[in-house]
Amino acid sequence: MDWHQLWQIISTPDNVPIVAILFLIPFYTWYGLRQALANDRLIAELEADPQKAKTHHRKTQPWKPGWEKEVHVWPYLMRMEFLVALIVTVILMVWSITLNAPLEEPANPNLTMNPAKAPWYFLGLQEMLVYFDPWIAGVVMPTLIIIGLMAIPYVDANPLGNGYYTFKQRRIAILSFGFGFIVLWISMIIIGTFIRGPGWMWFWPGQTWDHNRLVFEVNRDLHEALGLPITSMWAKSIFGGLVVGLFYLGAGYAVHKLMTINEFTRRILRRMSLVQYVTIQFFFITMLSLPAKMVLRLVFRIKYVWVTPWFNV
Amino acid sequence: MADENQPQAPKKGLGAVLEEAKEGARALKEKVQEEAAALKEPEKTQLFRSIFRVKHDDQPRNRSLSVLTNVFFHLHPAKINRDAVRYNYTWGMGGITFFLFLVLSFTGILLMFYYHPTKAQAFRDILYLEHDVPFGKLLRNMHRWGAHLMIITVWLHMFRVFLTGSYKRPREFNWCVGVLLLVLTLLLSFTGYLLPDDQLGFWAVTVGTNMARATPLLGHEGPLGAELGMTPFNDVRFALLGGSIVDSNALLRSYIWHCIAIPLVAFIFMVVHFWRVRKDGGISGPAPVMLETEMKDPRKGPRPVIMTPSGTPPRP
Ligand code: HEM
Repeated sequence: MDWHQLWQIISTPDNVPIVAILFLIPFYTWYGLRQALANDRLIAELEADPQKAKTHHRKTQPWKPGWEKEVHVWPYLMRMEFLVALIVTVILMVWSITLNAPLEEPANPNLTMNPAKAPWYFLGLQEMLVYFDPWIAGVVMPTLIIIGLMAIPYVDANPLGNGYYTFKQRRIAILSFGFGFIVLWISMIIIGTFIRGPGWMWFWPGQTWDHNRLVFEVNRDLHEALGLPITSMWAKSIFGGLVVGLFYLGAGYAVHKLMTINEFTRRILRRMSLVQYVTIQFFFITMLSLPAKMVLRLVFRIKYVWVTPWFNV
Repeated sequence: MADENQPQAPKKGLGAVLEEAKEGARALKEKVQEEAAALKEPEKTQLFRSIFRVKHDDQPRNRSLSVLTNVFFHLHPAKINRDAVRYNYTWGMGGITFFLFLVLSFTGILLMFYYHPTKAQAFRDILYLEHDVPFGKLLRNMHRWGAHLMIITVWLHMFRVFLTGSYKRPREFNWCVGVLLLVLTLLLSFTGYLLPDDQLGFWAVTVGTNMARATPLLGHEGPLGAELGMTPFNDVRFALLGGSIVDSNALLRSYIWHCIAIPLVAFIFMVVHFWRVRKDGGISGPAPVMLETEMKDPRKGPRPVIMTPSGTPPRP
């Protein structure tokens, strides 16, 4: 166990935000879910007692008859804003006094940094380069992430949970956003920071970064791994297309199963237009292709699934 | 002649002159005291009224007016959902993000006083900032860590908005504005990374822009790029860097994107974002919970392709 190596990674000034994230993301996930569960208990209570549902103010926050529903922004909101601004300033000051921004040697195109890492917030994309060619990882995926995020409000046909924390009423939405944001995006950043060393090789935390390490791993394409006697380009293209098509069918089936898993989700599905359904399918399947390719690559050492003269997937 | 018409002032004795002076002094003292007393109520002065326009005594009407008649405060409504002022609903993340944007603009402008975006000077300017400029190191650190913090808070803000379902009708469009702000925030950070012109920034930007080579159609290594006549000297990466390698043109372009273009666009989108928060009916909650039994199935019959128009109340 090379504690020094680990300490070096953690104490690199530009990595400090990631250490902060390791704490902040779990904290706010807990903080949000705690309120969601409190609301869910209230919802269950009101659903069991329709009479109460008519009279209750339907919030977990305290309420007494006669209280105003609204309060003045001045001072009730502004004092909070002032306080928060003050606290943020203090945190930023203390952070800036205790920790210096990094400055390396002057830029030198002849002296390659190894590993050359993108800034931490883009490490997810850089890590994706291991699994996909640059045109997918660096261009197509980021574009799809942006478009996919923007599509969320237009494809979420569930009217419940608008303006309050809840888990019960939005299980699929919350689980899939959590999967994309926390499991894929954040954890890929953490892999990129803590695991990837020189040559973008996999070093377990505490393993020494060996700049001379060689890895004799043979990455094969899928048809080679399966030992299929395919040689011509056409056959390869068709075979790969078939496999990808099968993946889309299989993943699409799984997503459909998820969307019809219980009576509530089936009700939501009935509210959806065809365009909404197809869009959801497309983005879910594309999102799933990342972990699928990760497993193929990390476990089965498969480089490409689909080899064509124009592009490889 | 004039002398004759003027009444001759009677000769005064010394005592009378003193008496008059005392009288004058007393009057002056009274006036000073009066004005000093008036200063205890600055809100009654002409200066104050000209700036703040309305009374600020503690009455509901004036509390509202103090918000509504101030160009900076009137981003807020006069009143707000009593439960929304607690920290636990919004986590204050949007506000913190905006505050960090202001801090970054402030420290960034100060940094610009010391920085030249040229290969010869950029790195030295950073050294100068670190070692010679008073508080230069603190300035640079605050700008750097503020930028990192802003990225974290944007992500958490998005997470909060998602968890509270605040992107649902009628706030769909504001979510999209938010996504653009997220992208702009990341780009702001990324373009700033190159500016110290050190190894860290150089290689990070090299790695980053190398991906642009592979852009389908527009990159010389991307699918169908070569077929469309893309070379390292005319593809999209060349356009980003102003050259085929990360060099002085890239530094200049980075600088202009970072200090002028992106902050300007981001600011405009922030204005739209805040405006929409107000126009969409303020913060989404904490709203009363809705029950599953209250969800009506949509009407049968032809439906618009996406959904009913934004802003219309949910289908009963
Ligand atoms: C530079 C970045 C951003 C700034 C300065 C900003 C600022 C704010 C502020 C001050 C609010 C008021 C409520 C609050 O503080 O939570 C707000 C609300 C909102 N923001 Fe942002 N935001 C940013 C980015 C985003 C992003 C990335 C998204 C989503 C992808 C987003 C979506 C929304 C939505 C939908 C609301 C309305 C929420 C509600 O009514 O509860 N914003 N934003």
